[in-house]
Amino acid sequence: MPNVAIKAAGLNKWFGEGEAKTIALRDVRLEAAFGEMVYVVGPSGSGKTTLLSVLSGILKPNSGNVSVEGIDIWALDSDQLADFRLNKIGFVFQDYHLFPRLNTAENVAIPLILRRKPWDDSINEATKYLDIVGLKGREDLPPVKLSGGEQQRVAIARAIVGQPDILIMDEPTASLDGDTGYAILKFVRENILNANRCIVVVTHDSRIYEFASRILKMEDGRLLDTEMKAA
Amino acid sequence: MRGMLKLAYKLLVNDKAKFTALLVGITFAVFLMMFVTSMFIGVLNHASSTVTNIGASMWVMDPAVQTIANSIGMPDYVLDSVRSMQGVKYAVPLYSSGALIKLPNGTYQSVTVLGLDDTSLFGRPQLIEGKIEDIYGENAFIAVHDSEFPKLGNPHVGSEMEINDHRGVIVGIARVSTSGLFGIPILYTTYKRAVEYIPNPRYTISYVLVQPKSPADIQKIKQQTAALGYLALTKADFMKRTSDFYVYQTGVGTNILIMTVISFIVGLSISGQTFYTFILENLERFGALKAIGTRSHELIGMILFQSAFTAFIGYGLGVGLCTVLITLAKLRLPSYAAMETYTNLVIAFVMVLIITAVSSYVGIRRVLQIEPFDIFRG
Repeated sequence: MPNVAIKAAGLNKWFGEGEAKTIALRDVRLEAAFGEMVYVVGPSGSGKTTLLSVLSGILKPNSGNVSVEGIDIWALDSDQLADFRLNKIGFVFQDYHLFPRLNTAENVAIPLILRRKPWDDSINEATKYLDIVGLKGREDLPPVKLSGGEQQRVAIARAIVGQPDILIMDEPTASLDGDTGYAILKFVRENILNANRCIVVVTHDSRIYEFASRILKMEDGRLLDTEMKAA
Repeated sequence: MRGMLKLAYKLLVNDKAKFTALLVGITFAVFLMMFVTSMFIGVLNHASSTVTNIGASMWVMDPAVQTIANSIGMPDYVLDSVRSMQGVKYAVPLYSSGALIKLPNGTYQSVTVLGLDDTSLFGRPQLIEGKIEDIYGENAFIAVHDSEFPKLGNPHVGSEMEINDHRGVIVGIARVSTSGLFGIPILYTTYKRAVEYIPNPRYTISYVLVQPKSPADIQKIKQQTAALGYLALTKADFMKRTSDFYVYQTGVGTNILIMTVISFIVGLSISGQTFYTFILENLERFGALKAIGTRSHELIGMILFQSAFTAFIGYGLGVGLCTVLITLAKLRLPSYAAMETYTNLVIAFVMVLIITAVSSYVGIRRVLQIEPFDIFRG
């Protein structure tokens, strides 16, 4: 595969011990390239979110390795891993996790502030990204004043404001109605994906499959060999 | 780091309800701690008012004396012996006793009479009316214009009274730096007249006031006085002895300590609980920050900043509130026994630091426990 962004091999992850042991990942092998929008689909409990966490440097696997742009991320110490996430990965969480006490621009600016960019510069940059995601003029509103779709756009703006190479989206349409979810993913495919970025999406919403470059199916912690065709 | 602190600041103050609750908790606790300790220090200060007002460097007394208000008479030879001690520049007697006076309207009033050495008038108050030499006049007394002054019928120069069947005339009105604790008016006169007018036991010298030749002589004078069978204390020693009596032998100290601890516990409970709730409500967001790439020590810094910011604002408000109330009280009651000192400011500050540390610790523990993976799992 040319231009490999993420390469994972032999990933195993389990929770608990003895009778309470639950295996979440079983010998998972995966590659994703820049310019790709890879979907990981499967039923609840199949290990999609665990895989996403392991790939993004949030959850350490029991065995196996993950390399992002050639860096073995699980060989990094905790501070290096935090820096890696801050600089290389953008997250769109299922529940958005926006800060209700901050306005929209401040929410979007968080990754830049964490990178120690001056406050005013961060807000200006965030405002540009709100414009990109179609929320011009909403900078000063708190997230609670926005619709679900708009909140999702704010979450996307926050995820891409730091121009990460990898964008991780966890169930991005779970809290949205069908039309809004469709519009959001269409927007991501057309405006956020580019040749220097790899997007990994966990979903089980078949209505948005058409935007995937590839669809990988998970079952019982295994990534099935067959790749589903994107619509 | 400034941007992160601003982020922490906004997360804190934009949650107006929680921030207000936190401030109220800490302000209330600081106010209580300050007020209780201010009253305590004020009471102790007033208890030693005569020591402060007379201003002698050293005091010689019977070893059984515990407070300035309860003197035990000493024979005249003690004064002579002290005067002949090495290191003594001069020594004068002081008479201090309670008495009952009859006012022109026929009512009786308890007073404290201080008899100053006839020759030197050492320890004389500052007069605001009359002349000090008039104290040598017949039946002369000087009244102190403090909050107890009205109990003497607001006398003026020339006012008369009766003291133990003797005529008394007010020849001057004085002011003193500290008024007494027990609400009893003070009259100054000469030592000779005090002994003559007030019924006395065999020995009449309440205290011998000593001026050492140099600070190095203080220890020597103490030793020589002890050899004589009496006790010599510096001004500070005597004030401490008086304070210690009220602190340790009257229960006042214990009560104040209990009140201070209760204030501290109230403050700690309100602030700790509110801050913990604030952290719990924002736990998922802290988890999201962790997932995005915030290092643990940066999160700790944010929480410490939030906690310290609230604590210091609350400290300022608490001290301010206490100061305003004491000032208002003193406008109505000039001798109101409460005073703020560096000591109680420091005590309250240390307690606020403890409240901050405990509240932060609880919050930090909770935030460090949350795994970013929990955010993904919802």
